[in-house]
This record gives sequence, structure tokens and C-alpha cells, in this order.
Amino acid sequence: MGGGTFATTFLASVVEAVEMVAIVVGVGSIRGWRSTLIGAAVGFVVLVIVGGALGTALTALPIDVLRLVIGALLLIFGLQWFAKAVRRVAVKGFAGDQEDEPPTEAGETRLGLDWTAFVLSFKGVLLEGLEIAFIVVTFGAAAKQLWLGGIAGGAALVLVAGLGLAFRGSLRRIPRSVLILVVGLLLTTFGTFWAAEGLGADWPGGDAALPVLLGFYSLVAAMFVALQRRQIFGSAREATT
Amino acid sequence: MKAWDAVKSFALFWYGFVVGDDWMIAAGVAVALGVTYGLQTDSVPAWWLLPLVVVAVVAVSLRRTNRRDARGRASSPS
Repeated sequence: MGGGTFATTFLASVVEAVEMVAIVVGVGSIRGWRSTLIGAAVGFVVLVIVGGALGTALTALPIDVLRLVIGALLLIFGLQWFAKAVRRVAVKGFAGDQEDEPPTEAGETRLGLDWTAFVLSFKGVLLEGLEIAFIVVTFGAAAKQLWLGGIAGGAALVLVAGLGLAFRGSLRRIPRSVLILVVGLLLTTFGTFWAAEGLGADWPGGDAALPVLLGFYSLVAAMFVALQRRQIFGSAREATT
Repeated sequence: MKAWDAVKSFALFWYGFVVGDDWMIAAGVAVALGVTYGLQTDSVPAWWLLPLVVVAVVAVSLRRTNRRDARGRASSPS
């Protein structure tokens, strides 16, 4: 009975933790780690305060409103990066070039923070963290083993965050333009999924729709890169003849 | 006057932060969310709408930028 509660809560939490860590690692690789990690830490503190204050009443929070607001903002940010990255990859190619600049903290900077990195990371940790807390409360309370659900949710988070930290170094080998495209695709995917869910739409297959959506957007990105390359190099040829 | 400047600067910061350099993307997302909400309240499944709007918004954004670049090249002295 305890093993079943632990396994169910752990596996469901892993799915949410992967989404959280994908956003934090992706944003950190592009915008720089300082503001991203501060955003994640503040998101985690808010999560602990909200979770501690509400306890099992957590499920009364209007999660659909949160999904809609956070999803819409992720979608807008993701689409901006998506479109910019398509242009960059069309010019530089998927292999990138030696002029690719290292990640910097450029952008909307105030009070010494890159707010784009801070807010994206904060929102990702808060929303996904709340979803993990919901899973813990739902499965744990149903089995009258809330403590076991808490351990399972915490273990899933620690495991996925550890894997994310371990592999973040290997992201440096990916050309920056490609990395921006990948993160733009991830943000667009999560944004689409959450915003539609927040409005009450049911995705076919539930969470399984996420990889399908990511695959679809990847194909669309490849198509747009090919079209952009044809346009750029086509007009360059016209100019030389 | 200082308070007005602070309000203006605050509003401009958030406009730049959320809307970015292509207002059409934010507008497209807002319209798509409104239509999705309308369909859902009429009990019409609308999960398919946002992915289609994403494709259209990226296409229009790329086209606008390409045109802007082409105008820039045409007007710059050679």
C-alpha cells in the first residue's frame, strides 16, 4: 500500500519536476545563471510559504488561473525567442560559428537582475512546484500517508534537479543560436499546454501531449529555418548576379 | 512631475518586458486565448487552436522582420 502511494506520487512528480528543471536549465544557459537561480530560489521560498500556510487546503487554490497567466506569459516569451532563433539559425546554420557569444545577463535589467531570467525561472518553479504539491496532497491524503507522499515528491524533485545540474555543463557545447531555439520551443510548448489547460481545454492524452506538441513545433521550426535560408541566400545570389 | 515620470517608466518597463519588440506576437496570443475561451465556454474542444495560432504568429513575425530588413537595405546608401 505504502509502496504504491510512493511510486505513484514519485512518478507523477517526476513529470512535473522535468518541466520545472527544463525551464530553469534552459533559461539559465541562455540568460545567465545568477538571475535564473535567484528566480528559482524565490519561487521555491514562495512555494514553501504557500504550502506551509495552506497545508491540505492547497487544492483550493485557483490553479487554472495560475496556469492561464503563467502559460500566456511563457507563450509570449517563447514565441519571441522562437522567431528570433529561427532567423539566427537560418543565418548561422545548426552548427553555429565561432562568433557565438557566451551567455550574458543582457535584457531588462533592474536592481542588478535580469528580470526575464528571474520571472521565467520564478514562474516555472512556482507553478510546477504547486503541481507537485497538489500531487503529494491528492495521492498522500487519499492513502492517509501524506508524509510518504511528501517524501516521494521531494525525492522526485531532488533527483531531477540533480540530473539537470549534472548535465547543464554539456549545454555549453551546443551553439547559442540552437540553444535559444530549443529553449524557445520548450517555453512555447509549456506555454501552449498550460494556457489552454487554464482555459479548460483537455489535451488528448493529458501530459503525453507535451512531447507531441514539442515534436510538432520542432518540425515547424525546421520548416521555417529552411524557408528563411532560401529567402536569405536566394536574395544574396540575386544581388551578386 | 517626478511621480509621473516614475509611473511612465514603470509602465514602459512592463510593456517592454511583456510585449517585447514585436507587439503582434502578444496581440496574436491574446486573441487566440480569447477565441479558445469562447469555444470552451460553448463546449467546443479548443486544444488544437493555440498550436495553429503559434505557427501563424511565427510566420507573420518572420515576414514582418524580413520586410523591415529589406526596407532597411533599400534605404541605406550603398
